[in-house]
Amino acid sequence: METAETAMPLAAPDLSRLQEIARQVRLDIIEMLYRAGSGHLGGSLSATDILVALFFAEMRARPDDHCWPERDRFILSKGHGAPALYAVLARLGYFPREELASLRQFGSILQGHPDSGCTPGVEIPTGSLGQGLSIANGLALATRLNHLPSRIYVLLGDGEIQEGQIWEAAMSAAHYRLDNLTAIVDRNRLQIDGRTADVMSLEPLARKWQAFGWHTLETNGHDFPGLLAALKACRASRGRPSVIIAHTVKGKGVSLFEDQAKYHGVVPNEEEYRQALKELGAS
Amino acid sequence: MSDKESTRVEYGKTLAQLGKEHPDIVVLDADLSGSTQTRHFAKAFPERFFNMGIAEQDLMGTAAGLALGGKIPFASTFAMFATGRAWEQIRQTIAYGNLNVKIVASHGGVTVGEDGGSHQAVEDLALMRILPNMVVLAPADGPETRAMTRWAAAYQGPVYLRTGRLALPVIHDDTYRFELGRSSILRPGRDLTLVGLGVMVHACLQAALVLAEEGIDARVVNLSCLKPLDWELLVDCARETGALVTAEEHMVTGALGSAVSEVLAEHFPAPLLRLGLRDTFGISGAPERLLQHYGLTAADVAAAARQVLARK
Repeated sequence: METAETAMPLAAPDLSRLQEIARQVRLDIIEMLYRAGSGHLGGSLSATDILVALFFAEMRARPDDHCWPERDRFILSKGHGAPALYAVLARLGYFPREELASLRQFGSILQGHPDSGCTPGVEIPTGSLGQGLSIANGLALATRLNHLPSRIYVLLGDGEIQEGQIWEAAMSAAHYRLDNLTAIVDRNRLQIDGRTADVMSLEPLARKWQAFGWHTLETNGHDFPGLLAALKACRASRGRPSVIIAHTVKGKGVSLFEDQAKYHGVVPNEEEYRQALKELGAS
Repeated sequence: MSDKESTRVEYGKTLAQLGKEHPDIVVLDADLSGSTQTRHFAKAFPERFFNMGIAEQDLMGTAAGLALGGKIPFASTFAMFATGRAWEQIRQTIAYGNLNVKIVASHGGVTVGEDGGSHQAVEDLALMRILPNMVVLAPADGPETRAMTRWAAAYQGPVYLRTGRLALPVIHDDTYRFELGRSSILRPGRDLTLVGLGVMVHACLQAALVLAEEGIDARVVNLSCLKPLDWELLVDCARETGALVTAEEHMVTGALGSAVSEVLAEHFPAPLLRLGLRDTFGISGAPERLLQHYGLTAADVAAAARQVLARK
């Protein structure tokens, strides 16, 4: 059996720009969740750098024409990471940034979990776990049939891949040789009830994807050169789908929240909120 | 043309014809392309046919993705597995996302026969009827199946269409055109209304003949469009005939019997008897024997008609 390839670091000229965007996105997430009074903190922060790498350095999109047929497509299969996605979309101009303050409120365009009927830039409703990879496969098939250059990206939670449908879809993507598809696993090792290793073991994770026929890479999910190199390697891969196991820290960016299962679905209190802003260098 | 046609066979033939007319139609199946009859499309357009293996949840998710990518996916498998195994995928992605997916499920009802309760979908219409955005159709013969399949391909939005195994008499001619939200009166009548769905439309028509010999003038309605419901037609029937019987190859809860009860209770209360399965699963047996067992023959419809007339 081949071993998982480790993504080679890439010199990224815009590294400091991406890091600054990620810091701003994290500040937006803290602000949104503190205001909303509910929502998913830990998994939004663990996914932030992955989303910033995708939306600001990898994907082809037109925020002012979000139905552009040739756009690359992104599906947030771990729909509870919606605050991170909304913060990224707002920063790109898909909708006014002021909308972020309305997260989860009655009448908001920003529903608790992504809803394509409400939010520009959101492709499909997600939130019920385990379904995004099948949808991404269908998009990849449609893209191939339509002879479009688009690539399809789907972000999976690591707890989420306990859902059986993920492995049905893993089989399908390999069977149909969907090399225009990249799945990314936000491997933060925590889920609501505790460590994934304790709740339901996932390891050996890379070997599982390899055994299912996937081009499998691993990288640090908070390291932009590593993420971008992995995404580039996925783009170059032919004849099989790619998966990047992105090793992340739940709650990344604020020491109080890091690697704590309890901040999965808990928002900061006032004291935590102030400390988080301070750590993230809020002006 | 033979005098009897199976709805699943007519679906399969129509789909293969539609494939020539609509290059964006794609078809997915879950290892049942012979039974669902999607094999004709698969043979004609192999590059647009996707067998997803025995994985109905992935089948529905992939169909959703294809719709999102601008295709017109028809996803077929047995009604039990389409609506049961993959209900939440249909709910979460196809209905909530209001995607252009056509779910055409075969083997609805007890006339599946010998395979028994595990394979007889008697809940599928209820499971689909409660979903926002979903259109729910159950054709009663070959021409109606062809018309509904063609209509579904042209309609933008999610559709559930139930087909069956049995060969059924042809009751519509080929000029029949389906109109969303409209159901039709197949036989006029003044004394009561027999409302059928799918296979049971034929039992209602036969029962009307029996009743006519007794001097009872029964109206027969084919309620093939279960959602959106032609409630105005039902209110007219209640007002004009004063009593109704519903007959369906399904639980009496959740589908035809429930829908008619709801309309009558809200708009025009009238005596009603519901024929269908009552809090029970299917069993193995020949289709005709099972229809007898569950009280779904023409004689049962006629008996229910006499009972409900006594309550007028």
